[in-house]
Amino acid sequence: MTQPLPHDDAKHDGSKRHSLECMLWAGTGLLWTVVGGVPRSALIGSAQAQTPGGGFSFAQVSDSHLGFSTPLYSDVAATTAEAIAQLKSGPAPSLVLHTGDVTHLSRPAEFDAAQQIFGTSGLEIHYVPGEHDVIDDDGKGFYERFGRGAGPAGWYSFDAGGVHFIGLNNVMNLRAGGLGQLGAEQLRFLEQDLRDRSASLPIVLFAHIPLWTVHAPWGWGTQDAEQALGLLARFGSVTILNGHIHQIIQKVEGQIAFHTARSTAFPQPAPGSTPSPGPVRDLPAGRLHSVLGVTRISRVEGRAPLAIIDTPLGA
Amino acid sequence: MTAKPWCRRSLIAGWGIVLAFSAKRTEAATATIVIDDYLFMPAELRVSIGTTVVWENRDSSPHNVLSVADPRVFRSRAMATGERFEFTFAAPGTYGYFCGLHPHMQGFVVVE
Repeated sequence: MTQPLPHDDAKHDGSKRHSLECMLWAGTGLLWTVVGGVPRSALIGSAQAQTPGGGFSFAQVSDSHLGFSTPLYSDVAATTAEAIAQLKSGPAPSLVLHTGDVTHLSRPAEFDAAQQIFGTSGLEIHYVPGEHDVIDDDGKGFYERFGRGAGPAGWYSFDAGGVHFIGLNNVMNLRAGGLGQLGAEQLRFLEQDLRDRSASLPIVLFAHIPLWTVHAPWGWGTQDAEQALGLLARFGSVTILNGHIHQIIQKVEGQIAFHTARSTAFPQPAPGSTPSPGPVRDLPAGRLHSVLGVTRISRVEGRAPLAIIDTPLGA
Repeated sequence: MTAKPWCRRSLIAGWGIVLAFSAKRTEAATATIVIDDYLFMPAELRVSIGTTVVWENRDSSPHNVLSVADPRVFRSRAMATGERFEFTFAAPGTYGYFCGLHPHMQGFVVVE
C-alpha cells in the first residue's frame, strides 16, 4: 500500500500529520535520521544532537525488574533510581510511560520498591504490565498499584499534548512456543478506540512485548500484532514503543515507527546472537551504565514532529 | 528398655526390609529436570508411573512450569533461582509443558 509520506503531506496540504523524523542515539554517538521511512545514521554533530525544544515531550522507562540480582547486576533499584533522577535532571517530561516488567517476580516487596522509586518521583507515570508483573496472580497485585486509568484487563487510552496514547497488554495467557498476544477482546477495544479519531492525530501505542517480530525463536514478537497494525494503517503518525528485549531496536514501516527501549536493570543479547536470551554475561567491567537507560520522545509543532532520543545512564 | 534377642532380630530384619524398599522406591520414583540458561534439561524425560519429577531452577532468571493440557495437569508458581517444583505422575501419557514467562522454553515428560 502506498500512502503519501507524512512530511510531504504536511508540506502540501498543511495538515497536522506527523511522523517520526529524527532519532538520536546519544549512547553510542550515532544520530538516526528517519525521513520518509528510510533510517540513516551519522555521527552526532553538536547542532543535531540538541534535544528538540519547545514541544510536548514524554519519556519511556522500561524493564526495571526490581527484585532481580546477580553479581553483575547487583543493584537494579539503584540503576532504576538513577534513570529516574536523570529524567528529572533535564527538561521535565510531561509524562512517562513504563513499558512493563516493573518487577522481577510480582512479589509484594518488589511492588513496594517500585512505588518507592516511581511513586515518589513526582513524575506522571503510565504503566503497562510485562510478563514478570503478572506472575501467579494474573496481575492483581500489579493492577492494584499501577493500573490507574486502565480497565480490568490492563488496556487503556488517554490524550496528552495533542497525542493519543494507547497502552496495551500483550503478556497474558502466553502459550507454549508462542509469542505475546493481544487477544480478540483487546483488538475490539483498539478498533473502537480508534474508530472516530482523525487520521491526522499522532498515535503513540505502548506495550511490553514488541509488536513486530524481532526474533520468533525467543518469543520476541506478538502473534496478533498484524491485526492491530492494520487498524493503525490509516493514521499519519504512529509510534510504537515496546520493552521486553532490553536493547534498542528500531524499524520504520510505512508511517509506523517501532522502537524498543533499554532496560534500567540489565541488558540482553542481540537477537539470536547467543543460545539463550538471558542477561548479558560477559559485560566488560565499567560498561553497565552504557547499556542501561531511558528514552525521551518529543513532539515539535510544525517541524520534525516526533523525535526519539535514547539516553544511557553513562558512557 | 532392653528387647529380647528374638525381638531384636525381628526389628533389625524389619528395618532392613523398610530401608531396602525405601532405597528402591527413591531410586525409581524420582527424576530431576534442571532449568538453566532458558532450557529444560532434559527436554524429554521418560519415567514410570508413580514417578515424582522435580524441576529445579538453577538459572538467574525465574521460570515456571505449566502443562499444556487444558485443563492444566500441573502448574508451578514462579521459581526464583534455587527453587523447585515437583509433581507425581500417576497416569501414563505424554505431558507437554512450557515456561509461562518464556514460552519458547518447552519440554515433555513421557510416563509409561
